[in-house]
Amino acid sequence: MTAVAFDAQPTGTRARRPPQVRLLHNSLVLAKRNLIKLTRTPEQLIDVTLQPIIFLLLFYYVFGGALGGGSGSSRHDYLEFLLPGILGQTIAMSSISIGQNMNEDIEKGVFDRFRSLPIGRAVPLVGAVFAEFFRYLTVCVITVGFGYILGFRIETDFLALLAAVGLTICFALSFAWVSVWIGMKMRTAGSVQGVMMLLVLPLSFASSTYVRASTMPGWLQAFVKVNPISQVVGAVRGLLIGGPVAADVGWTFVWIGGLLLVFFPLALRAYVRRT
Amino acid sequence: MTELSIEAVGLVKNFGQTRALRGVDLAVRKGTVHAVLGPNGAGKTTAVRILATLLRPDSGTAHVNGFDVLRQPGKVRECVGLTGQFASVDEGLTGTQNLVMIGQLLDLPKREAQARAAELLEWFDLTEAAGRVAKNYSGGMRRRLDLAASLVGRPAVIFLDEPTTGLDPAKREDMWDVVRSLISDGSTVLLTTQYLEEADELADEITVIDHGQVIANDTPNGLKHQIGGQRLTVRPADLSREEDLRDILTRVSLRAPENDGRGTLTVPVESDAVLPDVLVSLRDAGIVTEEFSLHLPSLDEVFFTLTGTRSLGDSAESVSADKAEVAA
Repeated sequence: MTAVAFDAQPTGTRARRPPQVRLLHNSLVLAKRNLIKLTRTPEQLIDVTLQPIIFLLLFYYVFGGALGGGSGSSRHDYLEFLLPGILGQTIAMSSISIGQNMNEDIEKGVFDRFRSLPIGRAVPLVGAVFAEFFRYLTVCVITVGFGYILGFRIETDFLALLAAVGLTICFALSFAWVSVWIGMKMRTAGSVQGVMMLLVLPLSFASSTYVRASTMPGWLQAFVKVNPISQVVGAVRGLLIGGPVAADVGWTFVWIGGLLLVFFPLALRAYVRRT
Repeated sequence: MTELSIEAVGLVKNFGQTRALRGVDLAVRKGTVHAVLGPNGAGKTTAVRILATLLRPDSGTAHVNGFDVLRQPGKVRECVGLTGQFASVDEGLTGTQNLVMIGQLLDLPKREAQARAAELLEWFDLTEAAGRVAKNYSGGMRRRLDLAASLVGRPAVIFLDEPTTGLDPAKREDMWDVVRSLISDGSTVLLTTQYLEEADELADEITVIDHGQVIANDTPNGLKHQIGGQRLTVRPADLSREEDLRDILTRVSLRAPENDGRGTLTVPVESDAVLPDVLVSLRDAGIVTEEFSLHLPSLDEVFFTLTGTRSLGDSAESVSADKAEVAA
């Protein structure tokens, strides 16, 4: 080993950014860490690439005939109805992995390093959620792209498509905090998956994802109407194939705000308490 | 009065029923290496984690570089570097990526973070491995990368929690060289270890802790004086000569030798000045030895002496009983 100059100058001399800018910058640095790890294990992308394709194919060919009314052209009508639903269902399902990964990640020594650095407590969590942006963008591109192959067409315009993708990703990023919180609370990654499935399955099926709420019994309709997945799916449907969107978009924003307000502090508290 | 880099008073920490720290005081002078010596479970790591703001003490106060670890944890984190007992590097990233990430988290511009990473990788002999994922590093390389990561921000106070546990002897001495160069550059180092030899090699002052309590605090020489200097271990080739050997050793040491049960005798001696006398006596008596060594007492022996629970002349049974107690 060769000795090099090692001047122990005080660290406080560095240019200081405002705290919010530092938080954002540090979170992006750690988001990059998660993305590098993602590129090393691309199989982690299965749930955002193959999964929406398989669900699209299954529902389109298996249920499309029956649910669309029997004729070939109504199978296409069902695709228009189904595709926004698959988008909503896939983002709910793919939120599971962040909780699982964080649950495993936090046991590793590198989190001790993060804790001993002069960075905000929330930074490792926010960074991980930021990295999810790319996974959710993948969901949107794959689902809409593969839908196009099956014959799905956007009836509105490009801006509406961007709005739909933006809204979907915003909702997914706030829903991810539920998964992060459960990831911090559970002792094993397997139990994170178990708990999240219990939450995600009723949310994605008891919604307007696959069939119209009007075909369901009244008590279930009441749940479907307040289910955030129904509202995201409704908003995306309106934005992609036309129709009223204001109410669903509005409620989606309410859910985004509500999820963040409740689950970001819960996740942060659970992280800080977990040593 | 000398300036203190670390000052802890009455640190107490319980984990459920386990009393990890029962009132630990620590004073580390600026620019020195201070060793915290103790067996597994003595509370060394808990103390370090409190000082590095990873844990909050149940009671007691601590200041690092003049900042209160409870009231100004952010300030403390800005001036400390921590190398944990289990290397805290990101296994999924390369050596360079690990260090650049830390640099950027410490607000270094990207270019500076890259330069600092390259400099540290070179210093720690990791330049060739810089582009490889840390998962594929050997244990020693991981330790070095971990230490490099804790030095990215040029910390004034460096915590090294058992930096050489699990390293082979050659790598251990490399690590010692690194620690020495840290203080030559003005940093303060708090190091925990299970080895008296390591503390003796590196530290200006040693605090011995056991069961969450400080049982001694002294310079290496002062401590060695307390525990009776070095140990002379001799094993006769012909085991029937054990009695004669025992007489010789008792005469130079003025204490009864300890038998490990297999014919190897150990006595405390003040210094290596007794060696010629012992060698001449052995030759005159015609005793051929299979083993003849002078060494510092093991941690077990230090503890028997300091805690006074067993005298060193006791039989092998009581020694192993004490070992069990220390391990528990």
